[in-house]
Amino acid sequence: MYGNAYIDPNEKPLSILDGEDPIKLAEFEARIARGEKIEPKDWMPKEYRKQLIRMIEQHAHSEIIGALPEGTWITRAPGFKRKLALMAKVQDEVGHAQLLYSAAETLGKSREAMINDLITGKSKYSNVFNYPALTWADSCVIAWLIDAGAIINQVANAKGSYGPYGRALDRICTEESFHLKYGHHNVVTLATGTPFQRQMVQEALTRWWPPIMHFFGPSDKISNHTTILMKWKVKMATNDDMRQQFLNMYVPKIWDLGLVLPDANLKKNEETKLWEYTEPDWDEFKRVINGGGPCNAERLAVRRMAEEKGRWVRAALLNKSEKYVTPLA
Amino acid sequence: MINSLDPRIAREQINEDNTIAPLTEMDNWETYEVFHQKKRGEQHEHVGIVHAPNNEMALLFGKEQYGRRGISVNIWVVKTSNVFASDYDDADIFETVPNKQYREAGGYKVMEMINKYKKENKEK
Repeated sequence: MYGNAYIDPNEKPLSILDGEDPIKLAEFEARIARGEKIEPKDWMPKEYRKQLIRMIEQHAHSEIIGALPEGTWITRAPGFKRKLALMAKVQDEVGHAQLLYSAAETLGKSREAMINDLITGKSKYSNVFNYPALTWADSCVIAWLIDAGAIINQVANAKGSYGPYGRALDRICTEESFHLKYGHHNVVTLATGTPFQRQMVQEALTRWWPPIMHFFGPSDKISNHTTILMKWKVKMATNDDMRQQFLNMYVPKIWDLGLVLPDANLKKNEETKLWEYTEPDWDEFKRVINGGGPCNAERLAVRRMAEEKGRWVRAALLNKSEKYVTPLA
Repeated sequence: MINSLDPRIAREQINEDNTIAPLTEMDNWETYEVFHQKKRGEQHEHVGIVHAPNNEMALLFGKEQYGRRGISVNIWVVKTSNVFASDYDDADIFETVPNKQYREAGGYKVMEMINKYKKENKEK
C-alpha cells in the first residue's frame, strides 16, 4: 500500500536535460513512445534515474512502515481467522518492500543506503502511516481504503516505462486484491453489526478521511518537469486524476453502508462527472510529512530498533569473502 | 520513551532518539537471481532477486518472496555474480540476415517443381 511519491513543491526547478546526449535521449524517448520497457543497463537520462530511485524507494519504505499501524492490532484481532488474515496481510506488505527495494537497487542505489536514508528521516514514506490506528476499526479502514488508493496508484504505475518496477508492481497488485477484499469484509461486518460496532467504524472513517484525501498528494503543478516525467512514463497519472478515480469508485460504496463522510461539500457534479470536495488541508500535510505528525518519531525509532537488533544476526551470517554486485533485472 | 498503542512495541521501551550506526556495505548481503517454475513441465522463469548470505537462505527467501500464493512447484537461485549476460547495446547480434533463408524451413519450396513435373508428364 502506498501513496504517490512526494516531490517537494519548493524543490528548485531542475535543468532536467542539462548535459544529456541528444542522440541517446532521442533513442530513449522513441523507445518509450513505442511502448518498450527500459531495463537496468540501458542508457537513461540522469533525471529519469533520480526520480525512479526516489519513487520506488519511497514506495518500499511505505510498505515497511505501513506494516506498523496495522501490525498494532495483530495481538488483539477479534478472532483467530481475522488474526491469521491480518498476519498474512502484514507479511505481504513486508514482502512488497523486499520486491521494491530490489527494483530500486537495479538503478544503482544500494539497499543499505536506502535503509540508512529511511531511518535518518532523509527519505519520505507515505504520509498516512504517520497517523495511529487507534482502534480495530481503524485497521479495517486502512485495509480497505488505503489499500484501495494504493491499488489505483500501483495499477497506473505498473504500466510505466521502467521494467523492474512494472514487474514488481504486477506481483504486488495480485496480493493487494486480497487486502482490499479483506478490508471491505471487515468494514461491512462492523457497519452492519451492533450499534457499538457501527459507531466504532464511523469514528475510524471520520478520523481517516483527511489522511485519505491527502493520500494522492497535492495537485500537480503544471510544469515542464511534470510534462517530461509523464512523457517518460515515470508519472502515469496526475494526483488529481487518481483522487477522482478513488472517489468515484469508493464514495458510493461507503454511502451504501449508510456511513457519513466528514465533508459536507463532497458530491459528484453530474455535468462535469467530477467529484467536488473541500480542499484538503495541505499545511497539515506538509507539517506531518516533515516530521510533525503523531507517529513520525515512533515509526522511525521502531525501524532503528529493528535494524539494530537484527544487526548481529546479519553479521554472523555474512561470508566476508563475498562482494556485492548490482542485480540484473 | 515511546508509549505505543502496539503492546509489542511498548514492551521494548524504545527511546525516540535512539540513534544507531549506519548500515555498512554488505550488511544486507549479496544478491541472488531467482527463477521459479509454475508447473511441472514448464520452463523456469526469472522472477527477481533476493538478498541472502548463502544458497540455503536464498532458497528460503525466494520461496517467501516469490512463491507466496501457491504458483510455484520449484525454485532455483543463482548468485548474481555468477550470471554472465549479454549487453542490450549488442542486441544486433541476434538479428537474422534475410539471405540466410537456407537455414529456415521457409527457404525450401518444392510445389512449383512438383506441379511442373506433373504437368509435363501428363502431356506426354
